[in-house]
Amino acid sequence: MAEPLALKDHSRESQIFSDRIVVGCVLLALLTLILIARMFYLQIIQHDVYTTLSDRNRIQLQAVAPIRGLIYDRHGELIADNVPSYSLTITKERVEDLEETLAALGTIVEVSADDIKAFRRRLARRQRPFEPVPLLFRLTPEEIAKISVDRYATPGVDVEARLVRHYPLSALMAHAVGSVRRINENDLRNIDTVAYSGTNHLGKIGVERFYEDQLLGKVGYQQVEINARGRITNVLDATPSVPGADLILHVDAGLQRVASAALGAQRGAIVAIEPSTGGILALVSNPSYDPNLFVAGIDQASYAALRDSIDVPLFNRAIQGQYEPGSTIKPFLGLAGLVTGVITPDYVINDPGAYQLPNNSRLYRDWNWKIDGRGGHGLVNLQKAIYRSCNIFFYQLAVKLGIDRVHDHLSPFGFGANTAVDLPEARSGLLPSRKWKERTRGEVWFPGDTVNIGIGQGDILVTPLQLATAVAILANRGKMVSPRMLKSSSQLMPDSKQQPLPDIDQIASAYWDLVIESMSMVVHRGDQVWGENGTAWAYIGRDIPYRMAGKSGTAQIVEIAQGELYDADELDERQRKNAWFVAFAPLEKPTIALAVMVENGGGGSEFAAPIARKVLDYYLRDYEPTSERDTRADLVSKPAQQATLR
Amino acid sequence: MSSDFVRRLPGGGFSQSRYSWLSRKFHVDVIILALLATICSYGLIVLYSAVGRESGPVVSQLFKLGVASLVMITMAQIPPVFYLRAAPWLYLFGIALLIMVLFFGYEVNGSARWLRIPGVINFQPSEIMKLVLPMILAWYFHERHMPPKAKHLFWAALMIAVPVVLVGVQPDLGTGLLICVAGLLVVLLAGVPWRYVFGVMGLALMAAPALWAVMRDYQQRRVLMLFDPESDPLGSGWNIIQSKTAIGSGGLFGKGLFQGTQSHLDFLPESQTDFIIAVLAEELGLVGILVLLALYILLAARGVVMAVEAQETFGRLLSGSIIFTFFVYVFVNIGMVSGILPVVGVPLPLVSYGGTSILTLFAGFGILMSIHSHRRITL
Repeated sequence: MAEPLALKDHSRESQIFSDRIVVGCVLLALLTLILIARMFYLQIIQHDVYTTLSDRNRIQLQAVAPIRGLIYDRHGELIADNVPSYSLTITKERVEDLEETLAALGTIVEVSADDIKAFRRRLARRQRPFEPVPLLFRLTPEEIAKISVDRYATPGVDVEARLVRHYPLSALMAHAVGSVRRINENDLRNIDTVAYSGTNHLGKIGVERFYEDQLLGKVGYQQVEINARGRITNVLDATPSVPGADLILHVDAGLQRVASAALGAQRGAIVAIEPSTGGILALVSNPSYDPNLFVAGIDQASYAALRDSIDVPLFNRAIQGQYEPGSTIKPFLGLAGLVTGVITPDYVINDPGAYQLPNNSRLYRDWNWKIDGRGGHGLVNLQKAIYRSCNIFFYQLAVKLGIDRVHDHLSPFGFGANTAVDLPEARSGLLPSRKWKERTRGEVWFPGDTVNIGIGQGDILVTPLQLATAVAILANRGKMVSPRMLKSSSQLMPDSKQQPLPDIDQIASAYWDLVIESMSMVVHRGDQVWGENGTAWAYIGRDIPYRMAGKSGTAQIVEIAQGELYDADELDERQRKNAWFVAFAPLEKPTIALAVMVENGGGGSEFAAPIARKVLDYYLRDYEPTSERDTRADLVSKPAQQATLR
Repeated sequence: MSSDFVRRLPGGGFSQSRYSWLSRKFHVDVIILALLATICSYGLIVLYSAVGRESGPVVSQLFKLGVASLVMITMAQIPPVFYLRAAPWLYLFGIALLIMVLFFGYEVNGSARWLRIPGVINFQPSEIMKLVLPMILAWYFHERHMPPKAKHLFWAALMIAVPVVLVGVQPDLGTGLLICVAGLLVVLLAGVPWRYVFGVMGLALMAAPALWAVMRDYQQRRVLMLFDPESDPLGSGWNIIQSKTAIGSGGLFGKGLFQGTQSHLDFLPESQTDFIIAVLAEELGLVGILVLLALYILLAARGVVMAVEAQETFGRLLSGSIIFTFFVYVFVNIGMVSGILPVVGVPLPLVSYGGTSILTLFAGFGILMSIHSHRRITL
């Protein structure tokens, strides 16, 4: 190649080229083999692996949330239903710039830093691209409108709906039906997560809790084919969900409204029961709260306000509040006295206005005791002791009976136990006994302890529900009933595990008549000389179109079950006595029994009885007097006259 | 001499002479045409499935194929001497366009690859380079002795480096590498001594860390994804996981034409363009893949025969480069979709949807035909 005029050596160049072509062809064959080997590996050797991956990609098992059962009152008024709740979701793949979108949304609706933090957590946890991730829950209609207007400008931002619990009657029924709450970490440990895979809520309180299994329904499944954007393209297999059972409660929403209105702003509770069934017609605890707040998850500040309020609105006074029953216990003690023979209907004492135990200087006063000795009720039989609410008679009776017999004859009425069928939170009150005192205080029972029991004070505690139940049993003349919320259901309910208590059958019919008649005189005996009218007559006894039996009670307050702090200004008001009134009506064929308790309300006849009358008036608004009633009324008046003759 | 004589005899070499006649008269190659028609038809069927059985894109692709065919036949009519003479000017023109891209380039997805004359044409000058670079190198070596000397190799390397760097900074590393490969193939075919080849390969391996350092973030991620797509299954790893799933779930015979779930449920990205081989693999299985590969091999084989039959150095080098580059496209595309190469936007030749790639390929085949059909028969 040194010579400058070298000719091109064509044959040599051809040879080089051909050699290189051969090398190229070998490489080409090699690359082809690599491709075939790779395809063989993926398509034949790893075929099963990728088939599974492909199926997992496109086939998804989705839980189908069952529709929670609805709850109605006895007349079909809706108490709990399900309404769509709207949440704002973002699909990351469809938004152009996530940060910009979040900032833009912040200008349209309120988005807090916590919302964004929670959103990012959820975003990091999602399973596939194009999965919408919620940013905000519980959008208001205004927010939805604002977002909808702006939607075309912000792709990837959507509003999604799902059904959640709603209580249209709000605070009115909060204590009666309870509510569902969001499932928290704690709950997850206790529930069957499969059954709850379609829902975020579970019944936590009251009826919603007790009938949770029935209300929930059965979760359904669908095997769906989805595309990469998460849209369902095909339903391959579906097991439909089964809606939860609809419940019809004994509760009468109208009655509940009237009862709640009658209590007004006062703290207290009203429980009304249908004596024939034990069905709870009204269950009011005042003040109340809006259960809807808890469905979506209440914010910390609002919850703290409810929890720390001096009026404890979250506390269900009707079934958890344990109070001294005061004089409302007297009719039951009267029956105990009669059935044990400790007293007879004709047994009479002289009431000087005060009572002393033998060898004891302590003076137990009657409520009309006067320092000059002119107090007291004079000659008093059981009947007068009830309609005048004579304390001395019942001090003596209680002491004569002794605590053991008091305990044994009061417990069949449900005192000291929770006999409610479907109110799991109800408390059992306290019916003291020798054993109880030894167990809890390590002390023997003193006769002095019994004296106060005679007028429903001291150690004895009842809930408004218990007292209403006892009155219902009294109205039934011993036929036992257990208080219950559920009236009927769209589905078969499992049998109650509770053993029903036996009827009270050892009390003679005449004794029932006597006590019931005496209670009717509490309300209806009027226009007599001073000191001879029923205690409640002046307040509610006039112009009643029906006859009723009632008993007032006024109890000194010892404790409110929750140990809240007392505000100094409130101290006086909150140390006033609790006002009670129990009643049932109509007398001849009772359809409603109730207990009214006004915390720090004052005298029972003056303050609780008018509330009871309002409730009864509403419930008996269609009352037609019958001839039967007239004959009963005659019966009532006779012993009354005898008593005055004495 | 003797073979030529036989070919001229009537009867004995009938078919051979008819090809020659067609070749001589219309400057087209019947075997190439038939194979192109077969592969493109096969590709259109897969495309029809990939777009969800809509005829619109198929008709559009048919139209593009028609235009590209016209370009191919036209380029086949032009004698190779013209390409030889025009090569330096075409190269300079191409470089000028690439420089214009740097300044006036139209940006898509963060890289400026397009030149745009509004209302007239949008095109990527880098595509032109895929043909022009082999052309200028073939021209350069045509004038010189083979095997090339070191001095010549230096100039050849410079000719390769300029457009590759210009394309690489757009940034379009994939196309840059493919242009580089097209150029290097010419150098290899020109007979560069093997010691240089291995020397350069060694240097490249040593330079790899430096290359890594200058790579853009997304380019680095693509390479990393190759080794561990599961590290970011919803992000960069998504494409490769889904395409492997599509291919693997196809099995031996596939899920059936139009029955692919990965593509029809949109799990497979770019299923009509770069990842279309995954649709074929999913629906027609390994058998469908082998048929396509066989057709590609036949096409390449015919191309190699034509390159060998070329008489001038220019024609040989250019033909050889064109046909081997074609096969490199095939390998790179299938390799990246099946997860053995990084994802570098290379369409599957003749099958992927889109006009640019088809036009470049057909133009290349046009040049191939021109070189083959204009050769002097007599030796």
